[in-house]
Amino acid sequence: MAFEQKSGMSLIVKTITRLTVGLILIFGIYIVLHGHLSPGGGFAGGVIIALAFVHLMLAFGKDAVTTRISKEMASNLESIGALMFLVIALIGYFGGSFFLNILSKGTPFELFSSGTIPLSNAAISLKVGVGLFAIFLALVILEGSKREK
Amino acid sequence: MTLYLLCLALFSVGLYGVLRKRNLVKIIIGLGIIEYSMNLFFVLLGYRYHGRAPIDAQAQDILNMVDPLPQALVLTSIVIGLGVTALVISIAIRIYEKYGTFDITKIKRLKG
Amino acid sequence: MQNANIIPLFVIIPLAAAFLISLIGRYVSLRFTNAISGLACFMLLGFSLYSVYVLQAQGIPALVYKVGGWAIPFGICMVLDGLTAFMLVTVNLVAFFVSIYSLSYMDKYTDRPKFFTLFFLMLTGMNGLIVTGDLFNLFVFLEIASIASYALVAFGTEAEELEASFKYAIMGSVASSFIFIGIAFLYGFTSTLNMADMAQVLNSKPNLWVVPFVTVLFLMGFGLKAAIVPFHAWLPDAHPSAPASISAMLSGVLIKTLGVYAMVRVFFNVLGVSQAVLSMLMFLGALSMLVAVFLAVSQWDLKRLLAYHSISQIGYVILGIGLGTPLGILGGLFHLFNHSVFKSLLFLNSGSIDYAVGTRDLNEMGGLKEKMPLTSSTNLVASMSIAGIPPFNGFFSKLIIIFACLQKGYLGYAVAAVIGSLLTLASFMKVQKYAFLGTLKEKYSQIKEVPLAMQFSMICLAIICILGGLLLLPALKFFLNDAVNVLLEGREYARVVMGLSGR
Repeated sequence: MAFEQKSGMSLIVKTITRLTVGLILIFGIYIVLHGHLSPGGGFAGGVIIALAFVHLMLAFGKDAVTTRISKEMASNLESIGALMFLVIALIGYFGGSFFLNILSKGTPFELFSSGTIPLSNAAISLKVGVGLFAIFLALVILEGSKREK
Repeated sequence: MTLYLLCLALFSVGLYGVLRKRNLVKIIIGLGIIEYSMNLFFVLLGYRYHGRAPIDAQAQDILNMVDPLPQALVLTSIVIGLGVTALVISIAIRIYEKYGTFDITKIKRLKG
Repeated sequence: MQNANIIPLFVIIPLAAAFLISLIGRYVSLRFTNAISGLACFMLLGFSLYSVYVLQAQGIPALVYKVGGWAIPFGICMVLDGLTAFMLVTVNLVAFFVSIYSLSYMDKYTDRPKFFTLFFLMLTGMNGLIVTGDLFNLFVFLEIASIASYALVAFGTEAEELEASFKYAIMGSVASSFIFIGIAFLYGFTSTLNMADMAQVLNSKPNLWVVPFVTVLFLMGFGLKAAIVPFHAWLPDAHPSAPASISAMLSGVLIKTLGVYAMVRVFFNVLGVSQAVLSMLMFLGALSMLVAVFLAVSQWDLKRLLAYHSISQIGYVILGIGLGTPLGILGGLFHLFNHSVFKSLLFLNSGSIDYAVGTRDLNEMGGLKEKMPLTSSTNLVASMSIAGIPPFNGFFSKLIIIFACLQKGYLGYAVAAVIGSLLTLASFMKVQKYAFLGTLKEKYSQIKEVPLAMQFSMICLAIICILGGLLLLPALKFFLNDAVNVLLEGREYARVVMGLSGR
């Protein structure tokens, strides 16, 4: 059982992860951006994006990810996502009614259509993706701090 | 009707887990089962036989769709369930840190 | 319809404050965080008072706001009527003073931005639950407030707090499941989620078992959130475990908003009450009144004693509302307001003692009157209020409830209310004797009165306790009467809301 890297799982898992994690991320982004036309949307896409990072963390150990995305940054991004969603709702509020879809709706079934919905989807996916990842990170850090004792 | 009764059975399994199990993690799993049985029930309420997914696509009639509203509501409910589960699990981990056990019969520092 | 624009602000302001504090709280000074939270609470209080003024000045029964501009049965709507305005004032009044109090009190704890984030999320949930006119939206806001409160109970992350929070979270989630199933059945039967539309459908569509069945589910769900006696087991653990300012919020307004308000709104305005439901409410109210007060008398932990009294006082509210007569509902709602004021004051007092002395055990205290004159005198006011001594507000509301019981011929319930009041008096005499009177212990000779912000909140709440009875004066009575009328009109609520939305 001799492997080069100490942290993370075996070489097979790492290689497969390297190949698939980008695809998972892109699929998540597709789900978010296409959410107003097909099944999916902010929450489902956000979960998939979060799972891409969780996948990376499981395969390469927590240090591979925590050095790039710290807990503070995750927490800040989550708040930014929530505030973005609120701002989108507030644009509607000042344009007539809370959550009013005031942007141009465009033609149906095209990517750039349905006004504020894609923007809301993006905000939700940021909130959910980072939030879910932060939950996982918090649990991992909690577990790690326990083991050190 | 059978499907609804199966939901009820699933709900009972979850309730049994919450009420009878002594391990904190098993209680949380029971809670999850309760949530899923509810969600399943709500989705089934909006189902109609031979209906199709409620997506507005080009060149399709919208007559035989299932009810989309319960699906939207269940999605919300799933998000809420996610929040509760994450919170409860982190509390359970902290409890394990403090008490060194997951057994609820040993966790009774409060007088009740 | 311009005035209806204030309704979504009750959700927007706390939500924005919560995430703004969570985003910048780590980088700016504490003073800035304090300023944001104080300002947000002040604005909420101002808008809630303004909403009362608007309803009164325009002389209309309700204001309706269509979220996203969607027509009523299809989109979510927000409704501002007498009961909503009443609850908004109650919640935001307590929240304002609690937030001022927390500015100093939270020095004991480390992570203040997280505290205020959770505090404002809880406030978002409560305000949203009060203003919404949509049944599923009500459930979502209820869960937001509940989850924030689970986290706040565990805020100290000590062993007991975690245990209490776990218990509370599990029981609260099961209660939410019952509420969710009830909503699912109602949706399956009526095919709508708008409360006004649902009431109309239930009016016209004959139903044999849906309404009783859903009533039972909601009674379990909301009853557990309100901690009525068979469902009260979580409250005496959860409320004392939170930081004192949060205990004040939980006992003062959370159980009333999530439990009592949601229950009476759904029962009276959507499902429609029958005599059977009213009898059940009265019985459960009287039961919690008596059982909890008996349990309270024997407690030695100050906050635990107060928590048991919360259950008992909720019993008075439920008993009053359950009578179903105008006088009974008036008494119940008035007691709800009074209880939220004096119970939050009592919890803030216990927090002050904890802050200065560092204990919650009544045996450890004694003679605190000379060192902490302000805490002691405000506590005296609140104790007299909760026990129902004449000049204070608790007296008037209890008197109205007892009169209403007698008026309807329920002599037993009236006697039970008197007994409960006497035992309440007894247990608060005990608090006064052991905590404030007697001789000061040697080791506490160095303690000081609490900081100014905490004193300010306590003084203001005590003044409201003393002046609360004035709400019954004819000039101010519209505040309560509007709320009572909303409950009395029953399913007419549907006609009012639908009629207004047509404009």
